[in-house]
Amino acid sequence: MSLRILAIDDSLTMREMLRQTLTEAGFDVVLAEDGIDGLTQLPDVAPDLILTDLNMPNMDGFGLIEAVRAGDVAPRVPILVLTTESAATLKERARQAGATGWITKPFDEHSLVSTIRRVAAV
Amino acid sequence: MAGAIDLKDIFFVEAEELLSALEEGLRAIQTGAQEADTVNAVFRAVHSIKGGAGAFDLKPLVNFAHRFETVLDALRGGQLQPEPALLGALLHASDHLADMIGASRNGSETDPELDERVILALEAQAGMGGHKEEEAFVFEPLALDGPFGMDLSALPLASLQRKVVLTFRPHSGAFASGHDPAFLLRDLCGTDEVEIELDQTALPAPGGFDPGQSYLGWTITLQTERSDRELLAVFDFIEGNCDLHLEAEMETPPDPDGTLPEPNRAPSPVVTASAPVTPPPKPVAAPKAPDAPAATSPQPAASASAASTGPRPTIRVDIDRVDRLVDILGELVIHQAMLTEAIEQSPGFGSVEVDRSLDQLRQLSRQIQESVMAIRAQPVKPLFDRMHRIVREASMAAGKSARLVTEGENTEVDKTIIERLADPLTHMIRNSVDHGLEKPARRDEIGKPTEGVVKLSAAHRSGRIVITVQDDGGGIDRDKVRQIAIEKGLVPPNAELSPQEIDALLFLPGFSTATEVSALSGRGVGMDVVRSEIAGLGGRVGIASVRGQGTTLTISLPLTLAVLDGMVFEAAGQTLVLPVSTIIETLRPDIMMRHTLGRTDSVLDVRGRCLPLIDVGAALGFRRTLKPGEGEIVVVVERGDDGAIALMVDGIRDQRQVVIKGLEANYGQIPGIAAATVLGDGSVALIVDPSDLEAIGPNPPRPNVFLAAE
Repeated sequence: MSLRILAIDDSLTMREMLRQTLTEAGFDVVLAEDGIDGLTQLPDVAPDLILTDLNMPNMDGFGLIEAVRAGDVAPRVPILVLTTESAATLKERARQAGATGWITKPFDEHSLVSTIRRVAAV
Repeated sequence: MAGAIDLKDIFFVEAEELLSALEEGLRAIQTGAQEADTVNAVFRAVHSIKGGAGAFDLKPLVNFAHRFETVLDALRGGQLQPEPALLGALLHASDHLADMIGASRNGSETDPELDERVILALEAQAGMGGHKEEEAFVFEPLALDGPFGMDLSALPLASLQRKVVLTFRPHSGAFASGHDPAFLLRDLCGTDEVEIELDQTALPAPGGFDPGQSYLGWTITLQTERSDRELLAVFDFIEGNCDLHLEAEMETPPDPDGTLPEPNRAPSPVVTASAPVTPPPKPVAAPKAPDAPAATSPQPAASASAASTGPRPTIRVDIDRVDRLVDILGELVIHQAMLTEAIEQSPGFGSVEVDRSLDQLRQLSRQIQESVMAIRAQPVKPLFDRMHRIVREASMAAGKSARLVTEGENTEVDKTIIERLADPLTHMIRNSVDHGLEKPARRDEIGKPTEGVVKLSAAHRSGRIVITVQDDGGGIDRDKVRQIAIEKGLVPPNAELSPQEIDALLFLPGFSTATEVSALSGRGVGMDVVRSEIAGLGGRVGIASVRGQGTTLTISLPLTLAVLDGMVFEAAGQTLVLPVSTIIETLRPDIMMRHTLGRTDSVLDVRGRCLPLIDVGAALGFRRTLKPGEGEIVVVVERGDDGAIALMVDGIRDQRQVVIKGLEANYGQIPGIAAATVLGDGSVALIVDPSDLEAIGPNPPRPNVFLAAE
């Protein structure tokens, strides 16, 4: 069974990129547009890994991570932050919120896929 | 990558949306209409553009967006106040960002010096030194790809192997951040020969066991050629959430990349149980963390979710496909008409079933048409939004103060029409600012607010789209217009002109009222161009003005360019079509209703209202005089804004939907003719443009038209 990834990003371009890259890598991808959308879809999707942007309307990445960790749907699912931000303070904030790892955009396809494999262990 | 071009297209489409969100947000802040999230939304727009631009390696764009974003971040954080000067600079930067994106969409770049000037101006306004940025924005993706997924079979020379001992103990809360030691251990092992020793001394008594906590530690002994850095990279993410210690027997060897690979050694992970208490990690991990991610996946809802990947069921379709649909639809309408005609002439006609089926077919094809048109319909909002910038730039260039107010932005118009409206609308708006509004000092003098208002609105009105551009300026100076027209020889010096006729002079080719010709409205490109562009869309432009109060330009357009409801009629042996939307009434006039003016002109008195009477056959040059029995039917049609004209025709055939086939591409523009269509019998009929007919007058030179239908 292929690994199921919930990818959350408010940018259509980024979502489309993730969809193509991850699908090509053999993952099962479900897309969400912001934190609220991701959280709403979470029970149905039951992802093996969440990939989330930080800057998003409605609910940002920090909010999402905290909500997932505090919820009872999938509190232990690995969450990778995928963002253009690279400031150490933000990384620390994401870590505090419960993020599993951090990938800086623009991502290169190969490292994105290998990082996902590594965190979710395929 | 096959999809790379599509992705870039998506980026540009998205960037367009982000740009309008950015501009709209900045405007809202400027006018004090912002909501709590507006500043965030503005920040996000620039941020997303930066992200997308980075993905396509558009470096100047990333750099500009990054510095722009830094200023917005300060605004968001409250370190900067949204003062007018700063907002001006922000809007200017947003305009320039739009230019940069436009340029890269066309595969070019804007002038780097200009980029720098604009962003420096913004940074200066924000009190930020462009170069004291603590660090330049780096594009490099984080070096995350360690040995995983790389070609591990190409192992370096055996002599580089060394023994490394790692001790690893996750903190008790590590599971809560999604870490699974089993995965990490498997990654760490890779294809090397390892011995793993489990330390379970911290396991509590059965009663105090919490499956959500981590109690275990491991000591891993590897025979490896990987560097310390590579080994530690496995633990990148869990760093800070675990105790980690590495001890190497030998110094880190050089990275394996440069070394010669050995032939395959068919390696597989060898896990040796060195002590009875050391099971492989996986079985240990499972019971202590029953709801670890690996165990959560098999849920029954999984299959259902695949279908519902997004909450909004919309799709993006290539416009070409929709256009193709419209073309096919046109053919369908033509063939439906042909079929109807064939059946009506066949001997079996008259059966109720056939009649009913034909009627049904007609209704269905109309419904298909409406549905297809609805697909192409788009709100005018993006078009209107672009006009804010025009007003900003035009007022700055003309030394005026102006703001644009929009209304009815959600009015939907055919996409093709929207695209072709951009140029004429831009020109009209510039004209309003340039020639319509007074200078601030003058406005102040006469007691108007110094800031002029240009109002742009759209609405559906009786089957047409009406777009108005209204300014609160000085109105048209008719004496001046008249004088200029006389000077330019556009009208004879003694011409008696009504106010409406004077206003209409503005649409004459080569007319320009600005005494000082500005760079903006330019020379030569006048309202005549606007008029012909709108006419090309099957529309009309009207003008109305009140001295001292302003001028209103009105564009009236058909809803679609593809199909229209037409009345098929005969004149001078020709089959012609009139748009039903223009027809007011049809009558068979009495001879007493007709009055002659001068030698050739005549008018028709319709219930006390005298309308110009025009013989369509003569106006189009098909005949010179009427024979008995010809021209006995009059169709009253509206032209432009207020007036109507009476058209003499020989007979009316029926009313039906006709598919519009443009003449410009295949033949050229013919005065009085809007387009052509194909009728049910396969013949070609011309679609008459009544507003144009009147301009030709009753005795025009004979146009050089020979019909295919003859």
